[in-house]
Amino acid sequence: MNAEEIRKDFPILQQEINGHPLVYLDSAATSQKPRPVIETLRRYYESDNANVHRGVHTLGSRATEAYELAREKVARFIHAPSPEQIVFTRGTTESLNMVAYGYARLKLKEGDEIVLTPAEHHSNLIPWQQVARFTGAKLKYIPLQPDGTIRLEDARSVIGPNTRLVAMAHVSNVLGTIHPVREIAALAHANGAVMVVDGAQSVPHMPVDVQELDCDFLAFSGHKMCGPTGIGVLYGKRALLEEMEPTYFGGEMIDVVELYEATWKEPPWKFEGGTPIIAGAIGLGAAVDYLTQIGMDEIRAHDRRLAAYALEKLSSIPEIEVYGPRQGTDRGGLVTFNLQGVHPHDVSTVLDAEGIAIRAGHHCAQPLMRWLGVTATARASFYLYNTEADIDRLASALQTAKEFFQHAIG
Amino acid sequence: MQLDDLYRQVIMDHYQRPRNLGELEHGTVTVDLRNPSCGDEIRLQLLVEDGVVKDVRFRGAGCSISMSSASMMTEAIKGKPVDEALRLSHTFRAMIRGEDVDTEPLGDLEALQGVSKFPARVKCATLAWQALERAVGSDEDASR
Repeated sequence: MNAEEIRKDFPILQQEINGHPLVYLDSAATSQKPRPVIETLRRYYESDNANVHRGVHTLGSRATEAYELAREKVARFIHAPSPEQIVFTRGTTESLNMVAYGYARLKLKEGDEIVLTPAEHHSNLIPWQQVARFTGAKLKYIPLQPDGTIRLEDARSVIGPNTRLVAMAHVSNVLGTIHPVREIAALAHANGAVMVVDGAQSVPHMPVDVQELDCDFLAFSGHKMCGPTGIGVLYGKRALLEEMEPTYFGGEMIDVVELYEATWKEPPWKFEGGTPIIAGAIGLGAAVDYLTQIGMDEIRAHDRRLAAYALEKLSSIPEIEVYGPRQGTDRGGLVTFNLQGVHPHDVSTVLDAEGIAIRAGHHCAQPLMRWLGVTATARASFYLYNTEADIDRLASALQTAKEFFQHAIG
Repeated sequence: MQLDDLYRQVIMDHYQRPRNLGELEHGTVTVDLRNPSCGDEIRLQLLVEDGVVKDVRFRGAGCSISMSSASMMTEAIKGKPVDEALRLSHTFRAMIRGEDVDTEPLGDLEALQGVSKFPARVKCATLAWQALERAVGSDEDASR
């Protein structure tokens, strides 16, 4: 895989920001879009746009076919047994909320336990807090090791016969930790619990096989994997999707409607009330094609190489503290850090002046920030279009930031 | 975009040596405010007597812009009548929005004028002022 060549597919990267060529290191927040995805959206709107699953005109058939083809592509991408197990949603947050409201809230009761880690993104934390609030179930946490990893022995002691649901990020959006979700899913199942995986940071970056992980639900977002914003996915095991209730109601999702009651379509359509995110799904299909053509193993290897290189470069600046797994431990393609004595917002502003985009803040993980003992951090995250040269630019701009603030502070 | 426009010496001085840092033993009003999008937080305490800000303290965690703005604000409003402090707040916000205002009454705070060219940092600069407006019951953001 040649990142220099891949960069050419991304029009947005061919620009200068504040007089410097753009270095985009915020793909964990949202990825950039390659030309084939942008072209697919344009083509769809220019020649196929119509509503789906209704009407008998030609455009309607084309749009429906393209929409359902996207579902098949996504199913193949995560090795789902069938396309009917792919629900199109607005994103990871909506996918997780659908499981919380349409499944957990109806199935859990007082005395049941939901197991999480303190490293979860707010979107994989607050829905479960709500479930606990409404059902009387209790939240329990698998503790983190000092490097942010979790140990299976700790998971074994937290997950027990009262556990009904375990929810966990596959890859942490802050620490880059890769959680052993396959082993945790086995533990959950041994105790009769369902396993919900937040794949927002894993599905875009590594091969993910839902049958191999044996997870019950998997949630992820299209916009972090070269697709458009506003489209996401909920994968579920067939029996669970059948048990799960829709969370909103209206057109498209119904079977028979009477004056006083109605019945629903089969999954996944019963979860897709209203006009679905047609263009978004088709765009995601194009993104899946694009990533598949490059190869998820290749992308994973590239991310891993960049993360190791960034870790090495940043660790060589004594004023920089890096969080998460140390060098040599496998991690996702991101590095979270702080520059001593300089707030991450200030770091980010200085980097932006050099054309470098990073994320600064609490990364939607306030409990994890508290665990780290900081209020905010800076994060550089990588994707297939980043190169070692981008990381060299980052390291050199961090030197500039350090000197600038040392001088400014005097 | 010039970094020196943003990070003026006086800002870094207040960031490094914040004035009126701490707690008031006999404060009349306390406001805790955070910027949920970035995690910056501030606790502002006022001692208001006869419509005058007799004393003021703050504590907080945040970037150089939010903390220096808080520090300079406390200096600017201490000893001032509440309505004058509020007028100052309106002038400050107008300056940060990039409007053409007389910055004379703002004193050192004029140093934060550069923030108007950094839209992502406007919320940092106005956090303390929002706390002030809330403390005296005139929250511009809340009434919008």
